[in-house]
Amino acid sequence: MSPTSLSSTGPGTHPRFPVAIDATAMNAIEPRGSDLGILRLITCGSVDDGKSTLIGRLLLDTKQLRRDTLEAIDRTSKARGLASMDLALITDGLRAEREQGITIDVAYRSFSTPRRRFILGDTPGHVQYTRNMATAASTADAAIILVDVRQGVVEQTRRHACLAVLLGVRHLIVCVNKMDLVGFDRSAFARTCDDFRAYAAAFDPDGFGSLSSRAETTFIPISALLGDHVVVGSSHMPWHAEGGGRTLLAHLESLPDHVGEEGGRTRLPVQYVIRPQTSEHHDYRGYAGQLASGVLRVGDRVLAMPSGLRSRITRMHVGQESIDTALAPQSIAIELADDLDISRGDLLVPEDPSGSGVPAHPPRVTSTIDATLVWMASSPLTTGRRLLLKHTSRTLAGVVVKLGHRLDLQSLQRVADPGSLGLNEIGQVSLRLGQEIACDPYRVCRATGAFILIDEQTNNTVAAGMIL
Amino acid sequence: MGSVHVQNPDTSIAPLPHLAALEAESLHIIREVAAEFERPALLFSGGKDSIVMVHLACKAFAPGRVPFPLLHVDTGHNFPEVIAYRDEMVRRLGLRLEVASVEDAIRRGIVHEEQTACGATPSRNLAQIPTLLEAIREHRFDALFGGARRDEEKARAKERIFSFRNAMGQWDPRNQRPELWNIYNARIRRSTIAGDEGEHIRVFPISNWTEIDVWEYIEAERIPVPGIYYSHEREIVIRAGRICPVSSFFPARASEKTESRRVRFRTVGDMTCTAGVDTPAQSPRDIIADIIASPISERGARLDDTFSEAAMEDRKKEGYF
Repeated sequence: MSPTSLSSTGPGTHPRFPVAIDATAMNAIEPRGSDLGILRLITCGSVDDGKSTLIGRLLLDTKQLRRDTLEAIDRTSKARGLASMDLALITDGLRAEREQGITIDVAYRSFSTPRRRFILGDTPGHVQYTRNMATAASTADAAIILVDVRQGVVEQTRRHACLAVLLGVRHLIVCVNKMDLVGFDRSAFARTCDDFRAYAAAFDPDGFGSLSSRAETTFIPISALLGDHVVVGSSHMPWHAEGGGRTLLAHLESLPDHVGEEGGRTRLPVQYVIRPQTSEHHDYRGYAGQLASGVLRVGDRVLAMPSGLRSRITRMHVGQESIDTALAPQSIAIELADDLDISRGDLLVPEDPSGSGVPAHPPRVTSTIDATLVWMASSPLTTGRRLLLKHTSRTLAGVVVKLGHRLDLQSLQRVADPGSLGLNEIGQVSLRLGQEIACDPYRVCRATGAFILIDEQTNNTVAAGMIL
Repeated sequence: MGSVHVQNPDTSIAPLPHLAALEAESLHIIREVAAEFERPALLFSGGKDSIVMVHLACKAFAPGRVPFPLLHVDTGHNFPEVIAYRDEMVRRLGLRLEVASVEDAIRRGIVHEEQTACGATPSRNLAQIPTLLEAIREHRFDALFGGARRDEEKARAKERIFSFRNAMGQWDPRNQRPELWNIYNARIRRSTIAGDEGEHIRVFPISNWTEIDVWEYIEAERIPVPGIYYSHEREIVIRAGRICPVSSFFPARASEKTESRRVRFRTVGDMTCTAGVDTPAQSPRDIIADIIASPISERGARLDDTFSEAAMEDRKKEGYF
């Protein structure tokens, strides 16, 4: 963990936040401008790479921290005998972790700029915390992959990039950190980028394409300790901006939103059926759920999967308010023209406009699925194991009928016939389910391609699954 | 009726505005609880966060009624305005309210009035824990909605949205269930008879909201809140540099001079541990401007959190909300 030396700004450097507590400087959380919605991101890396320092720097320089928080961090830094404020203390949460000096869980932090609202999942870097990283990556749009420029691309870098892509993260941001320790050397940065590009272009974790074909990658040379290219620019590395490069924050603000990019698929898992049964709303029956992807409009013809029952949307509401168009990820309640037997667990999808009565972009209806699993329990998974599977709003029984290859997270080689899948290991499995489900491949539609496995004895969540 | 849902004819390209996205996530969580649990309840304090939760619950099930009761753990140290607000709101929205009284629990010897270092008047924050746990047992609640937000405090930043509590009502931060996507594991061992110990889940539907989001939402949806959030005239004393509201449970000391001042409060709840602020805010907009200008984070306005850096973590492990 590196203490900051913010007061040591030398000549020719950009103005930075002084270490002294200055109330006026940190009050100015700017009001939000145009609303670009929420971007969810994760940070991958270890304390050694300066991850906590980077997050601290992001929060500090976007002026998210209040005086009392900064004072508390300053007090702790002093109590530990540090000469200046340790930015890593801003995010290191639980007491056990503070004592060990490492991050062991997932912590979520919100911050905002005038352009955008961010939810940042901070996850541990070591291989024994793979499940924590998978957890945070599951909802992330972007992943910051932190690399120590002195080490270059290492095993951990490759593993994090692989995990992020497997979990469906569409943007990788490789932050090459500690540039200050190599004299802001452009060629050291370029070497790291080349190494990463070569890896991402060559590596295919599951037979469905290389990392670079599944996620867009951006490289940024930074010093989290000094702040270069995190929120403000860098006079040390003018070559980055001259080549069209941006700061980390500017890049995060500009990332596109991915609504509607699930291959045109519109999916509404029915979560709850609202039936007031009052005199005022005697015949009301609202199918409530969160639109998982795509767009629904009043008048659309829909099918309930897997049953195949057909109807037409007559009205849609958010609360009491009537809407004509619903956009993912809105939580809505819809009414249908026909009185059908539709309940929690059904998937509503629009019909093909040709009127043929088949779904547009039909989901897969099946009782056997192949999936990539991240195993999260200490007792290993073997063939024949019976588990509960929760997929969208549906829970059903499943049996592991086959263990395919395991992805060795150290060597990133696929290992055939692993026999079992241990804690934090990733492998392909075939599952036979008690009933049919309507689903999509995870890499096309996260919401209908994802599931969790639950151990019926302990009630614990033991695996994250992604349908292939 | 105000709303965060602005109809845009070209919605296929516009991202969902951040408040609408937060609302959508919260509605999904609330409906999931109603679908998966037998006996949920919503912890209602009268504070803005729980008021927003109630508003979201109404939206989640409209035009039907909210299919679970509110549970108010009543410290007895209430701002009278908050109780009046609560009763009016419950009537207006047709909700069911259960009250678990700390005062009553103290009288019955379930809990003891705390001795504190900060002054003669003990806060009842800790006394809420056994009172709440008793109510959970008695009503056999299997899920409790709480209005905690991850931006409030470091220990909260790690809390799951569905947060498992063992039969003693405790949270184990080292052993939390993994929580992926928006697929929540609602499975617990339930108690079978009233008064028996069962596991339960605390659910935090506004985990990802910030204090500013809450006020922006209150403004956009025109949600009424108790008047104490806005600037009003009140009897106060200055104690340890803080503006403290004078009440029968927080009397002025002989050495202190009470004064009447225009103040407002950033949090409600136990009146003895809530410090006021001296700003003229009269609307959610004014409050947002105040928050942006304030050097102190929300919990800094609570006298009980400054005692120890790990104070919140300790209380949460014991079953605090």
